[in-house]
Amino acid sequence: MAIDSQTISELESRIGVESPPLVYDIEKGMIQRFARAVGDANPLWQDEDYARKRGYGGIIAPPNFILTLGFDRVLEIYTSDASITVLHGSTEFEHHRAVQVGDVITVTAKIVNVRERQGKAGATVFVTFEMAYSNQRQEAVADCRQMAIIY
Amino acid sequence: MSKQLFYKDITEGEDITPLVKQPTTTQLVMWAGASGDFNPIHYDKDYALKQGLPGIIVHGQLSAAFLGQMLTDWIGDHGHLKKLSLSYKGMNLPGELLTCKGTVTRKYTEGNQRLIALKIWLENPRGEKTLTGTAVVSLPSKD
Repeated sequence: MAIDSQTISELESRIGVESPPLVYDIEKGMIQRFARAVGDANPLWQDEDYARKRGYGGIIAPPNFILTLGFDRVLEIYTSDASITVLHGSTEFEHHRAVQVGDVITVTAKIVNVRERQGKAGATVFVTFEMAYSNQRQEAVADCRQMAIIY
Repeated sequence: MSKQLFYKDITEGEDITPLVKQPTTTQLVMWAGASGDFNPIHYDKDYALKQGLPGIIVHGQLSAAFLGQMLTDWIGDHGHLKKLSLSYKGMNLPGELLTCKGTVTRKYTEGNQRLIALKIWLENPRGEKTLTGTAVVSLPSKD
């Protein structure tokens, strides 16, 4: 029930190394499943006619939707050991433009900081990731910095 | 949706419309499926207890999405959520009433953008702020 020093050095060795890009085709079902899970009935995320009448090209995604793209994969890559606990520390999110059905979103991630604190129960590690999201027109869609607490 | 909010309607210091949520265990499983976050602390009670947690806990990103919904409900169809900065201060448990709240801290313009800065947070039934942060949204002008 602890993170070992080998895992910590491995995390440290990856600072600044960009992960292979992850590519997501944004489908209507993904956005609707997201909205249902949140319990958010806003018609912008459900109803194509409604969204078009308000000047959007079609159904758009709630801003927080994009934060789920690649988040799981990043955690999996860095912590595959089931005895390690991962909690969320902080999120800083810049949302440049709405994601729309039909977009193809590319996510790249890198670790920018690893901080270690020794306690009675072992080490706690604070890992900060930066993630960049762009669409099929190479437009920046969002940037995000997430801090995970791992022990 | 509700009627559109405009920049000129906003006063610094005002509270925005709160949003109340009560996530169930089922909702956490739906979120796991929708977000791809299969960290077992959010659905496997035995595992969560073994990791020293009080039980299964609500995903941080789901709580963040609740705050996101409060903001998109408030800004209306023509507002845009530009920035969100959040610190996860405490754990939320399924079944608890969680209230999303926010206060306008500043209204200002940047180029042709009309911006509103807010302080936002999520409160549990004991009044503890388990998720706190700031947001910036842009709103349309009336004309």
